[in-house]
This record gives sequence, C-alpha cells and structure tokens, in this order.
Amino acid sequence: MPGFAGKLLFGLALTIAATFVLLIVVGLLAGLLAPFLGSVPISYNFRSIRARWTSTIVAVLGIAGTVGVFVAMLSLANGFKATLVASGSPGNALILRAGSPTEMMGGVTLDSVRVVQDAPGVARDSSGPLVTQEVVGVMPFPLITTGTDANVQVRGVSSNVLRIRTFAKIAEGRMFQPGLSEIVVGRNASRTYSGLTLGNSVQFGGGHWQVVGIFDAGGSAFDSEIWCDAKLLNEILKRPDNIFQSVTVHLASPQTFQQFKDAIVSDPRMNVDVTREIDYYAKQSTTMTRLITVLGGLVAAIMAIGAVFGALNTMYSAIAERGREIATMRALGFSSSNVILSFLFEALSISFVGGILGCLAVLPLNGLETNTMNFQTFANVAFAFKITFDLLLVGIVFALVMGVLGGILPAIRAATRPVAVALREL
Amino acid sequence: MKFSGLIFANLFRKKIRLALTIGSFAVALFLFAFLSVVRDAFNRGADIASADRLFVINRTSIINPIPLSYRDKMLRIPGVRMATHDNWFGGIYQDEKNFFPQFVIDPENQRQVYPELIVSDEEWKQFVNDRQGAIVGVRTAQRFGWKIGDRIPIKTTIWGAGNWEFNIDGFYHGKRPQDDETQFWFQWDYFEEHVPDTLKGQVGWYVVRVDTPDDAVRVAKSIDAEFANSPFETKTETESAFAASWVKQFGNIRFLILSIGTVVFFTLLLVTGNTMAISVRERTSELAVFKAIGFSDRMVLFFVLAESLAIALIGGLAGLLLAFLAIPVLANALNGMLPQLVLAPSMFVVGFATALAVGLASGLLPGLGAMRLQIVNALRRV
Repeated sequence: MPGFAGKLLFGLALTIAATFVLLIVVGLLAGLLAPFLGSVPISYNFRSIRARWTSTIVAVLGIAGTVGVFVAMLSLANGFKATLVASGSPGNALILRAGSPTEMMGGVTLDSVRVVQDAPGVARDSSGPLVTQEVVGVMPFPLITTGTDANVQVRGVSSNVLRIRTFAKIAEGRMFQPGLSEIVVGRNASRTYSGLTLGNSVQFGGGHWQVVGIFDAGGSAFDSEIWCDAKLLNEILKRPDNIFQSVTVHLASPQTFQQFKDAIVSDPRMNVDVTREIDYYAKQSTTMTRLITVLGGLVAAIMAIGAVFGALNTMYSAIAERGREIATMRALGFSSSNVILSFLFEALSISFVGGILGCLAVLPLNGLETNTMNFQTFANVAFAFKITFDLLLVGIVFALVMGVLGGILPAIRAATRPVAVALREL
Repeated sequence: MKFSGLIFANLFRKKIRLALTIGSFAVALFLFAFLSVVRDAFNRGADIASADRLFVINRTSIINPIPLSYRDKMLRIPGVRMATHDNWFGGIYQDEKNFFPQFVIDPENQRQVYPELIVSDEEWKQFVNDRQGAIVGVRTAQRFGWKIGDRIPIKTTIWGAGNWEFNIDGFYHGKRPQDDETQFWFQWDYFEEHVPDTLKGQVGWYVVRVDTPDDAVRVAKSIDAEFANSPFETKTETESAFAASWVKQFGNIRFLILSIGTVVFFTLLLVTGNTMAISVRERTSELAVFKAIGFSDRMVLFFVLAESLAIALIGGLAGLLLAFLAIPVLANALNGMLPQLVLAPSMFVVGFATALAVGLASGLLPGLGAMRLQIVNALRRV
C-alpha cells in the first residue's frame, strides 16, 4: 500500500533528520562549553590558530561570506515585507468588492460607501465620518536610473485621507485641493521617478498636473505612490462614475473592527469583503517575499555547502599538520574526548569569528534603498534592506552550525589515531 | 601523458582532501549555473522578442483598454501586415498560488502573429470550432496533469464574477527552449458573450506584425499619431523595447542578486585555491627530491599545474552535471514566480572555461613557488 510505505518512509526521514539536528545541537553545546567540560587548555587552540593564520583566515572568510550573503538576502525579503506591512494600520479597515484579491480589481458603489459611512465602529471627527473611497491605477513614469518607464501606483483619494492614514504627513508643500489638477507625491516616488519634484508640472492621463506637495508615509508602500483627487482619476481611467475600487475606514478603535465588520457584512445591499488593512497588505507582499526568500535561501544553502567543505578542508589539514602535537598531548594523558572537545572549540571559534565578520560586513546595507515591481499589483514599490537583531542572531547560529559540521569529523579523526603511529610521523 | 600516473598518484594521496576540494569546485560551478539561469529568466522577455512585432497599449495606463473598433484603422496604416488583439483574463484556477497567464485571443490571427508557438492543425481546428475551447502551453498542462478533453473551471475577478469553464482542445509548444509555454488561450467570441455589457468591445492590447523590421519604428509612430487626441490614446513600441522596459522595472533586484552571487562565487574559489596551496606546501621536500633526481624547474611547475587543472576539470564537470540534473527540479519549485529556467549550452561552455581558469590561477602561485625551490633549502626542511 503506497500510503503505508509512504508514511514509513516519512517517519524514517523524520527520525534521521531529528537525529541529525540533535547531533548538531549536542556538538554546538559541547564545543561552546568545551573549556568548562575539560578540554585541552584553550591557549593551545589560540596559539595554533596564530601559527597557521593564513589557512584560518581563508576559513573565516569562507564562513563570513556565507553568513553575509544569508543575512543580506533575508534582510532584503524582510525589508520588502516590512514596507508593505507598514502600509497597513491596525486601526483601519479595508473594504473591497467580495472576492477581489487586490484593490485594482474591485468595485464598490457610492451607495455602499454611504452605508459604510453610517456604520457603527467608524471614527468620526468634525469633518464627518473618517472614510476615504479610492480609485487606483498604474501609470507609466520614467525611472531616474534607466530613463525607461515603470508603472507607478496612482491613487485617487478623498480629501480627508490624511486623517485616516494618520502615519502619512505632508513633508513639503501642501495637500492637493479637491477638484483641481493637483497631485501630492510620496517621498520614495519623488526620488525614483523623474519630474516628480515640488512645483513641477507633469503630464499623465492626457492632462497636466501640478505637484503641490511631497508626503512622508513612514516607509510604507504609500511612499511610492502618487495621490490625487478620486473623482478626477476616475474620469481619466474612464471608469463608470461613482464606482470606487476600495474604501478605507479609520475605526473608532482597533477593537471595534468586529462590530463594524458584522454590521457591514450582514447588510444585504452590500457585496463586499472587510479586512483589517494590515492583513490585506501582508497578503500583498507574499509573492515577492516568497520569491526573494526562495532564491536567497537557495544561494545561501549552496554557499553553506561550499563553506562547510572549505572548513572541513582547513580542519583536516590542520590535524594532518599537527599530528605529532596531538599524539604528544594524548601521550601526556589527555583523553580522546578532551582532544575532540578541543578541536570542536577551535572550529566553533573560527566560525564564530567568521559569523561576526559576515554580519558586520552587511550591516552597512541596512536601510539601503532599492525598488522593484510587485507582481501582485503591477506597481513599482521602493523598499530598503532591513536587518534586525534576530536576523543577525540567526546568521551567527548558522555560522556556528557550519562550524560544528566542519569540525566534528576531523576532531573525531584526530582523537582516534593511534598515538604510536602519529608520533612516528615526520 | 607519461606522467599521468604520477599526477594521479599525487592526487589520490589524501582522498578526503581531494573529495572536498572537488566538492568545493562543484559547488561553485553549480552556483554559477544557477545564477546564470536566474539572470536569463529575468531577461527572458527581451531575448525572445521578435523584431517585427509591435505592442500597442493604452498610453494613459497599461490597465486601460483600447476599443476593438480601432482594429480596422490600424490595419489600414501602411506597413502593417496584420494585427491580433488580446485581453488579460487574470483568473484564478483553484488557488491564487496556481498562477499561470490566461489570454483571450483572436483565433483568426494568433498563429500568424506568433508563428513560433506551434499547435497541430488538427487541434487548432477543434479549438476554433469549440466556443468554450482552450489551448494550453505544454508546461502548464504538465504542471496540472491536464489532458485533451478536460474541463477546466477558472474563476474571474476582473471581468465580472463567477466561474468560467473551458474545454482543453489542444496544446502548444514553443519552437525555441526559451519560448513561453505556460499560457492558456481561449476564444474572444466566448469572452465577449460573457463579460458584463460595460466591459464589451474592449481590448487589452494589440500585437501588430509589420512588413519589415526596419519599418517598425515608423509604423509605431504612425499608429500613435492616428489615435492621438482620441479618448483612447495609444503607446506603441517594438516588442523588444516593451520587454526591456518591463525587465528594467525589476532591474535592481536582479543586480543585487547577481552581485551577491558574484561575491559568493569568488569566496568559494578563494577557499579552493587555498587548499591547493596547502597541498603543495606539504610536499615541498618531495618536489625537492624530484629536482634533485633531474626533473627541470619547468617540469615541477607542470606537475603542480596539472594537478590543480585536474581537480578543476573534475570538480567543474561534477558541478555542471549537478546543475543539469537539479535545475529543472528547482524550476518546478519556482513555478509561476519566474519565467521558466532554461539551461543554455553557452552557459556550460563559459562555466567550464571559468573552472579551468580558476584551476590554473590557484595552481600558479604555489607552482611558481615550487619552481623556484632551491633543492638544498627545501631538503633541509624536514
């Protein structure tokens, strides 16, 4: 029965994998605690390293390179995800037509918008309910770097949008006036596309628009967008009047989300999905994040194998050269386990230094900006490398694991060669 | 070749070291192959673009439509040989993760405009006669295990709502290995019947075939001039220009991945070079003995280089072989996220040459050191 055999095989693979992981963890702990567990004095290790410093440096560089690449790729994916997640606020809810995976494919009527405005749980201030009904499209603008066109997300918003997206603020100039051919441009968009500077006039959609302000949206995807009046954009995109693509609502408090959602969804006139803004944007990042993580993970995995080979080579050569020293130590009375611990400790020290070096080498990348097209929305998004403390921690652990893999076999070999044979070698 | 015995004997002295060094080389070459393939995948659109095809899209936004009524005017422009129109269906098959491109096509002109995408006449005839018919690229068909006669439901999100169903009438494959074999085509007429009224008569883009490639730019300008100042202004580019600017939107990611990959590659090579240097250093006294019994300095250099080249050769071949076997498997894992990964013969040649070059380089310094050994000094080191 294929089912049973399959399960058996899976169980076997799992057991082997678990054993492997256990061995690595044991090796790691043993190596790190070696000085306390009774190995050869560690001054011996440090002096050996100094005596054979060229090979050690190569091994350190190999590990540093791998860790650096690993952390860099993960921070790239991290940065992309962070930008998109930052776009969502837990205090906002997003309303899309039922079944639409993205804003671009949505359609919410003005009547539905009115129902939303009257729903419970919606924040209100002096200007009325904090609801913005929006239209989105992508339009070509030339990139400063290549001169060729990239698709920029242009969002038609209601004039009270800044009170709903409270993390967005006008950094220079002012907000556009409703009904006029004016636009405000996100900070990143202004830096990525030519012509989007304060006071400049740009042409799109068959008309001229004045850039009256630059806004800062706190490092979210909105920083790569251009905002203008929703009604005007609707006309340019030749969409039917009074149909918007999304409605964003500022909730009275994040806790009122459920109450708001229930009220909307139970209304028979409404054919919409209600999600927390933060959940929607997390979903928008999945494809790109997955692509970068998979590609980066593959490169890092391949590199790790190469680095482990390099470390193994270095360790084996070290043991070959130090054959007589090891035999002498054992003749003096150190046991095999002392020697193994000693070599494990040495391998781990080398890989630890390599890991630190790798992390330090990529730290300058933190905050470095780049941009790419988000597959899911066709729009260009600017984002930055984001290196967090736990990412660095993962990098160091990765380095230590490579150290264990590269050190354990040579260590065992060193400890098990017959003393008399080793002493006899020239 | 009379020294091959000697060289091999030297190589196999320390089997573990040999295996590890060859392994490092193999890993480096595998990485080289993987990165080349990914870079090609990002460049794909520009590579397969045809010189005599033009893409016509709406000038305001790529997602805005162009009226079907523009077709006749376009055909009357001198230099235009034929035109076909398409729409992006963008539906979901079972799950968003199962993404593949779905196009609404104009069956009359599709094959003439895209002659490199080949369908058997029999299957095409069946497709044309079946209103709900579909032609699928072989890669997508393989991915889901579809056969002729299967009924496929696809949910639409852009064009109204609900499930549309199609019958698979045939498959297409590309003439060249880089051609896109993942597309799903179905009939324009069926599409027009079922979209909401407000969305009828709208084309996503036109693909125009010109009489001669030299004329392409002039015809592109004429098309845009024809529809300038109309409610749906057009932007016409050659297919390669369109693909190139599309690729440039990914630009930075590609550069980053490749620069990181290069760092990786050189790090690995540094490691292997060092290993070869160590092995030569260990054998100083033996090399001195060779010189003492009469081998010339140059022969000693030759021995060292031959060894490092042998390692590079075997390691390089192993890595490229691994790439040849493993990359198609990886490609399946990345299905839908990147265009298909294709192993080009040129990559193997370049990779192999690089491996040999590195083998030479890493053996050179130790070899020169060995060459210059003074017998007396070397023998003294015991």
